[in-house]
Amino acid sequence: MKPQTAGNQPAVPGSERTRLAASGARAVTLAQLSHQPRGDRLRGTIFMTLILFAVSLALIGLVAIIVQAAVKGAPAFSTDLITNGPSTINPEQSGFRPALLGTLYLIIGVIVLVVPLGISAAVYLEEYADGTRWWNRLIELNVQNLAGVPSIIYGILGLAFIVRGPLDLGFILAAGSMTLALLVLPTVILASREAIRAVPPSIREGSLALGATQWQTIRRQVLPAAIPGVVTGVILAISRAIGETAPLLLVGAATFVTFSPTFFGDNGYTALPVLIFNYAARPQDEFRVLAAAGVILMLIVLLAMNSFAIWLRNRYEQQW
Amino acid sequence: MSSSKFKYLAALAATGVLALGVAACGDDSSDSGSGSSGDVSGNIRIDGSSTVAPLTEAIAEGFQQENPDVKVTVGTSGTGGGFEKFCAGETDANDASSAIDEEQTAMCKKGGVEWEEVQVANDALSVVVNPNNPVECLTIDQLSQIWENNSTVKSWSDIEGLDPAFDAELTLFGPGTDSGTFEYFTEAVNGEEGNQRKDYNNVGEDDNQTVTGVSGAEGGMGYFGFSFLQENEGKIRGMEIDSGDGCVPPSAETVQDATYTPLARPLYIYPSAEALARPEFDAFMKYYLENVNSVADQLGFVGLTDEQLNQSTTKVDNLISKAGNGEESSS
Repeated sequence: MKPQTAGNQPAVPGSERTRLAASGARAVTLAQLSHQPRGDRLRGTIFMTLILFAVSLALIGLVAIIVQAAVKGAPAFSTDLITNGPSTINPEQSGFRPALLGTLYLIIGVIVLVVPLGISAAVYLEEYADGTRWWNRLIELNVQNLAGVPSIIYGILGLAFIVRGPLDLGFILAAGSMTLALLVLPTVILASREAIRAVPPSIREGSLALGATQWQTIRRQVLPAAIPGVVTGVILAISRAIGETAPLLLVGAATFVTFSPTFFGDNGYTALPVLIFNYAARPQDEFRVLAAAGVILMLIVLLAMNSFAIWLRNRYEQQW
Repeated sequence: MSSSKFKYLAALAATGVLALGVAACGDDSSDSGSGSSGDVSGNIRIDGSSTVAPLTEAIAEGFQQENPDVKVTVGTSGTGGGFEKFCAGETDANDASSAIDEEQTAMCKKGGVEWEEVQVANDALSVVVNPNNPVECLTIDQLSQIWENNSTVKSWSDIEGLDPAFDAELTLFGPGTDSGTFEYFTEAVNGEEGNQRKDYNNVGEDDNQTVTGVSGAEGGMGYFGFSFLQENEGKIRGMEIDSGDGCVPPSAETVQDATYTPLARPLYIYPSAEALARPEFDAFMKYYLENVNSVADQLGFVGLTDEQLNQSTTKVDNLISKAGNGEESSS
């Protein structure tokens, strides 16, 4: 809009000419700037369509699962579902209380184990470890590879080393928690490392320059700043752990349990995915309805846990 | 400021660890079973076949209503997976959809676990086809032609001696290779456990997929337990089986009068000798056999015949009295 300063001269025809010249110049500029080859525009449209397609495909899958489970499970939705134990004789009155509690306890156990272990490992690898030493690189390589190991392998590991073998804890819920914690530990370590790495070096240097020790710097500056990233890792970890069936079956989760579980009770426990997996494969339709209702229940538990974590993350979010 | 937030988080974590520790301490309740047969208490841990599990669950449910101090759990690790735990002395009894085999016997011997075999129900392994399939009956030989390893039968018209003639592409559905159903079927039809063609649709543990698959393909065929046939009548049809004495359909009657051969199979529970020395477990086994036939029907199992029931009951009674005598013998 700068060309209009030309209107300094009092002469009317002059100003008229200036106006014409300015609008002409603008038209030419616009025409040149907005000119795009047809091919580029077409490619842009195709790309937009493709990414929209990808997003909607993911969404459609999710929505389809939720809708199908909700429709199929609708007849079973009642308070019975969370207050009653399982019933094979009367599937209509069957509920998921022991399984729901089992899943909650398992996840609490996983969080209690995985948060301190994951953060400690990440702090070591990021702040203390000398990356040029072969053992540190070996650890790093291992952690990255462990994140991709199938869950059943962790089940076998848990059975051999936690349930039996060195720890010999037996088929208790805590052993299930420990197995799941091992399963998701790499996820938490990787996310925590990422979060710690994202803390600007100037923060550390500032703290050290003011006379803080390395431990004080990590505890008072680095870790608080890394909390949001760590919490994201924990969310991912919980989301994975809550749906695992195979390792739990190996480390002793039963199917039919009518009483509330305890962490160290050796009289058995169960979890939602185990029950859903089993009910879905039964011949009677009543059980398949229960399985669908269980899916929705598990989704609610997961969303509740993750919303809490997200709220926590947003509280600690910091801008540099 | 942010350090106080961190302290808060650390406190949360510490509370969690403490809670775990407290739970650990409050758990040493030893279950001293009262010897009398009235009110018993304790834990009973059963694992094994997912086919038999619903039956054991129904029994456990009724038993716990009468004996609220006994906690019974039923797992579904599969017949084989269950035996692995059972033979390590980690469970009290194992549900089994096929009889214990040599390997499992050796495993139990190694683990020092003595066991007994008690039949609790029957099942009719059912070969199912699409309702539009005109073929009513197959001989064991024809089944073997279809299912044996390296079979070249691709279409119903490739089957020898088929009556009436039928031409449709054969689509096969079967359970995973670690299921007791697979073991029993391959042994009975192809004469050797595990002998089966590889190019079939493996539905793993979910036999409902076989229902969907067979009802959707004109030339579809699959096999599974009788309960799946009962629950899906109309969508699929049970094939009659001719093992030399004419065509016999899968049904409760033909299983009980022993004419549905060789696909009628017994279902078992294997109690350990150690468990039989405990009063709550004895009460459970007695309750099992007293009530099994009344819940078997509802859950799609074929109940025990009077003779089978007698046999199982006598066996359990003998075992209990024997175990009662030599109670302190185990190390």
